[in-house]
Amino acid sequence: MIKMMLCREATRLMSKRLDAPLSLGERLSLRLHLGMCRPCRHCNAQFDLLHRMGPHFDADTSVCEGDNAPRS
Amino acid sequence: MAAETTQNTHARMQRLAAVRPRLVSFARLQLREPALAEDTVQEALATAIEKDDDFAGRSSYETWVFGILKYKILDALRAQSRQGKWQPFVDDGDDEAIDRQFQQSGHWQVAARPSDWGDPEATFANEHFWQVFDACMIALPDNIARVFSLRELMGLSTADICKETGLKENNCWVILHRARLRLRACIERGYLSEHAPQHGLSERGQ
Repeated sequence: MIKMMLCREATRLMSKRLDAPLSLGERLSLRLHLGMCRPCRHCNAQFDLLHRMGPHFDADTSVCEGDNAPRS
Repeated sequence: MAAETTQNTHARMQRLAAVRPRLVSFARLQLREPALAEDTVQEALATAIEKDDDFAGRSSYETWVFGILKYKILDALRAQSRQGKWQPFVDDGDDEAIDRQFQQSGHWQVAARPSDWGDPEATFANEHFWQVFDACMIALPDNIARVFSLRELMGLSTADICKETGLKENNCWVILHRARLRLRACIERGYLSEHAPQHGLSERGQ
């Protein structure tokens, strides 16, 4: 029987997952928690969004400026 | 051929001018010194002009310029660190901004429960989201923001961040966890409160 993880601890794993591989135990307890907790699923999606943001910082601009260029 | 090259160069100058504000805000978020950010962008632009021939067209021109800026930012960060401008990171295990999001029991506070931000692509396309993100980054404590930007804006691994900052990897994870929790709460307050979904895609490019 795996003890139900608390939200605060779940966010720690959601964050760590983006920087390092989790152990099997960590992965399982995180998945179990996410399956049962909607706010944590939202938080997980938000961490993911922050994690995928870097390339958008420049790519987004290029799309934008590319569409408008040349400006004369 | 020569005329075409001149025309290309002219077009790129215009693109540099157009992307400059975004380069400055990117540099500011990491260096957190407006004057130093301006100087660093100036250096990156000079290098981009000087090395114009090296642009191979494998990425977009703007992405290439951002790549140059990232190297310049790393140099500037190292200089900041050498000059002792970085506050040491003290882990006192105490972060009020995060404690406020959770109950003592470890569950979310009702008022702090994360909500649905909707489609990520629409979020990325929304100018208001980026304004809120900028403001939330500026509000973060310097050393937390620095580690977050090295990881998420510059794309360094936590192992590389340890080399740059002298932190232990475990500390890095703790800081990144705090940064993400604080940012998500701050963005949610600023973004969702004023975010009208029907405007989601309309603001850029008009």
